[in-house]
Amino acid sequence: MTEIGTPVRRREDYRFLTGQGTYTDDINRPRQLYAYILRSPHANAALRGVDFAAAAKAPGVVAVYTGKDIEADGVGGLPCGWLVHSKDGSPMYEPPHPVLAQGRVRHVGDPVAVVIADSLAQARDAAELIQVDYAVEPAIANAAGALRAGAPQVWPEVPGNICYDWHLGDPAAVEQALAKAARVVKLDLTNNRLVPNAMEPRAAIGDFDRATGEHTLYTTSQNPHVIRLLMGAFVLHLPEAKLRVVAPDVGGGFGSKIYHYAEEAIVTWAAAKLKRPVKWTAERVESFMSDAHGRDHATHVELGLDVDNKFVALKVSTIANMGAYLSTFATCIPTYLYATLLAGTYTTPVIYAETKAVFTHTVPVDAYRGAGRPEATFLLERIVDLAADELGLDPAELRRKNFIPTDAFPYQTPVALQYDSGDYFSTLELATKAADYAGFEARRADAARSGKLRGIGIATYIEACGIAPSAVVGSLGARAGLFEAATVRVHPTGSVTVLTGSHSHGQGHETTFAQLVADGLGVPIEQIDIVHGDSAKIPYGMGTYGSRSLAVGGTAIIKAMDKIVAKGKKIAAHLLEAAEADIEFKDGQFSVAGTDRSKTLGEIALTAYVPHNFPHDELEPGLDETAFYDPKNFTFPSGAYVAEVEIDPDTGTLEIVKFTASDDFGRIVNPMIVAGQVHGGLAQGIGQALLENCVYDHSTGQLLTASYNDYAMPRADDLPSFALSTHATLCTHNPLGVKGCGEAGAIGAPAAISNAIVDALKDYGVRHIEMPATPEKLWRAVHPQNMAAE
Amino acid sequence: MEMHGELRIPAPRAEVWAKLNDPETLKTCIPGCETVDKISETEFTAKVVARVGPVKATFAGKVTLTDLDPPSSYTISGEGTGGVAGFAKGSAKVSLDDAGAETVLRYGVQAQVGGKLAQIGSRLIDATSRKMADDFFNRFMGVMTSSDGAAPAS
Repeated sequence: MTEIGTPVRRREDYRFLTGQGTYTDDINRPRQLYAYILRSPHANAALRGVDFAAAAKAPGVVAVYTGKDIEADGVGGLPCGWLVHSKDGSPMYEPPHPVLAQGRVRHVGDPVAVVIADSLAQARDAAELIQVDYAVEPAIANAAGALRAGAPQVWPEVPGNICYDWHLGDPAAVEQALAKAARVVKLDLTNNRLVPNAMEPRAAIGDFDRATGEHTLYTTSQNPHVIRLLMGAFVLHLPEAKLRVVAPDVGGGFGSKIYHYAEEAIVTWAAAKLKRPVKWTAERVESFMSDAHGRDHATHVELGLDVDNKFVALKVSTIANMGAYLSTFATCIPTYLYATLLAGTYTTPVIYAETKAVFTHTVPVDAYRGAGRPEATFLLERIVDLAADELGLDPAELRRKNFIPTDAFPYQTPVALQYDSGDYFSTLELATKAADYAGFEARRADAARSGKLRGIGIATYIEACGIAPSAVVGSLGARAGLFEAATVRVHPTGSVTVLTGSHSHGQGHETTFAQLVADGLGVPIEQIDIVHGDSAKIPYGMGTYGSRSLAVGGTAIIKAMDKIVAKGKKIAAHLLEAAEADIEFKDGQFSVAGTDRSKTLGEIALTAYVPHNFPHDELEPGLDETAFYDPKNFTFPSGAYVAEVEIDPDTGTLEIVKFTASDDFGRIVNPMIVAGQVHGGLAQGIGQALLENCVYDHSTGQLLTASYNDYAMPRADDLPSFALSTHATLCTHNPLGVKGCGEAGAIGAPAAISNAIVDALKDYGVRHIEMPATPEKLWRAVHPQNMAAE
Repeated sequence: MEMHGELRIPAPRAEVWAKLNDPETLKTCIPGCETVDKISETEFTAKVVARVGPVKATFAGKVTLTDLDPPSSYTISGEGTGGVAGFAKGSAKVSLDDAGAETVLRYGVQAQVGGKLAQIGSRLIDATSRKMADDFFNRFMGVMTSSDGAAPAS
């Protein structure tokens, strides 16, 4: 039986498509109360007082809490999970991150008070009665501005608002190589700030069982065990044995639901205080001002080339916006998940990257689909295109000339990573062929005849997925291990329950993982149940992010199945009166090699649970195995994307005429799910390139794009039908040879689209267009005489 | 945002000045104004119901008069909080000049909003502010031209 490689329909879709999913907000506990969080309308203000006397007396109100109550109860701040050191060896500044403001608010949306009432409407109405005395002070929203002398200080103890000033690589070697280079291409670019916008807003329910003393948190999380660890150990000081965290069906995360958020701690704490369940659900506008944002880099990049057009050095200086507080994994994104990817698919021998992480009066910034890798890919693929343009070379040819040769793997990059496998030539070949790259100039000429500007753009990408070997990330500052756990439980009658630490929030794990088990144990897929998302059921879990579920979580399942098969062989050898070494397992049958004597997995399982005739001296009863798997290396998916766009110079409107993607994800378990992941990633990448932009008013720190009036999400009619293909080189260090596919589209698409746009506008002297490339920006680019009107 | 404007009022300057300092007139002319209470010669408290796009809120705040140069000019500043709807603040520099029997009123307004008003209505603020300013001065003109000094129904 082979289920691997089959487009099995997603088993979870029936409940999602028929409205039978159970999301956090669908859960209601007896005697449940509702929390409404009053948030700061100011970006930077001292809290002189919070008068909630009227609110506390309002109908239905059970309690109003402020930062003072949090402080009085010894509730801790939200921890940061990754310690980064500056160039001079000093540790990053790690300011406190209280769950309710303590004396000062530092961004619009910073929680000030929580009102808890019998109904949400009562809580919201009562919040209107709270009088907060703010002493408003000047704010700074953009990172470059926060570095200027005299800029408002987000934290008095953090001079110049610099959280850390980090670097990687050999600056002297890079300067020397750039000095000797035949040509140095330079570019300043920004990576626009994004709001993740999961379809399901965040929600949390705290519950406390007086009889058992157990606290339960239901939450919209990608990693319930991580929340249990962080909230239990650092914030509420609860033993993990008495804290259960459940992440039921979750409607999308894209990174934003990795982090431990204030509201989770508030409802868990308040439920124990009030001895009643407390529910909080974000309104959409709250999501905009409280979910961690993504990207927000300002970068200067220089690429040196020799006379043969080989890349000789790359230098990258980045200012990364951290927001006002450090979100859970904020600090590793613009460092170890960014600069380490700057070799891309190329043989650039020396690379130097430096990143200044800067506090501003904005919502914290953390990982968002791709997390550091889209930023690295965007600047690298833009500068490579710019080099091709300056040298008058075909961008595809310049890339091929600098690709890491297919026979050079494992390949050690100058930025710490060792790529295990890859074949960048094949994906580029597939993509350019499918896009008819060779025939493009005829199409450009056709378009020109109808007054349109057509451009084509290539981007290749590499990403580090399957996060990550614990010892490696630990040495780089991670305060967590990044293994995964799985239990495979074969029941007495042969059906199988899999408990996995890889949470599913749209990725289709319940199907993909069932395929692994159907393939590995020869059990029909209908008899396999995949369980995730409950710390009371699952042995442990580090969760779902960084395209790690199959490579790390799937491997843990494989390892647990290996233990099941090993034990099954011992039981079979006993029953079949054969040597263990002679037992073979295939398609659900344990057989004695070279004979027709065999036992099914079901028979072995029944024997394990009804152990009348059983090797008790050697084995314990039962057929239930757990494995923890810690990966040996990252995995390195790669690919090549080709975008073709057409711009109407009269209106600036842009149409993506064609988008071709060719990816190397290693072995593919379910090609339909992979295609779905690529589609979603491309939509988000194209959204960043053309539509999405989180805007703060620089002088006041007001968030100006906090609804879909002003924040443009991609819609179906903004996107073309994607032409997809794959070319697999197998990952060499996990048993399946899988690499991960969740983030690829969001990583490669922005550069491909931007390169196509610059190509379309090349006759207008355009070197670069900042994202999002709105019709207004495109129109101004072709009507430079009107620029003054801006 | 900033805006400027002027209007010609068929009344003598002293009369225009008096009305500009009269709480009842201000209450009549400020769109959505529910109360104006005089605290001192230069300070008022006010309650205004304002709607910006989808946000409707009652703003409670303080109005102060500064740079007083009677009967020629003053700066009228207001700052109000609308609870969870956010806050608004603004000021208008108003000057009066004689033009024969009439008076020319010139104004320059600066306005700023924050919180939910900014988050979901930022693109509507300019238009809303302009409309509120137009409404104010239309009503003020009405007060100045009606025989009994009362505002016309609007």
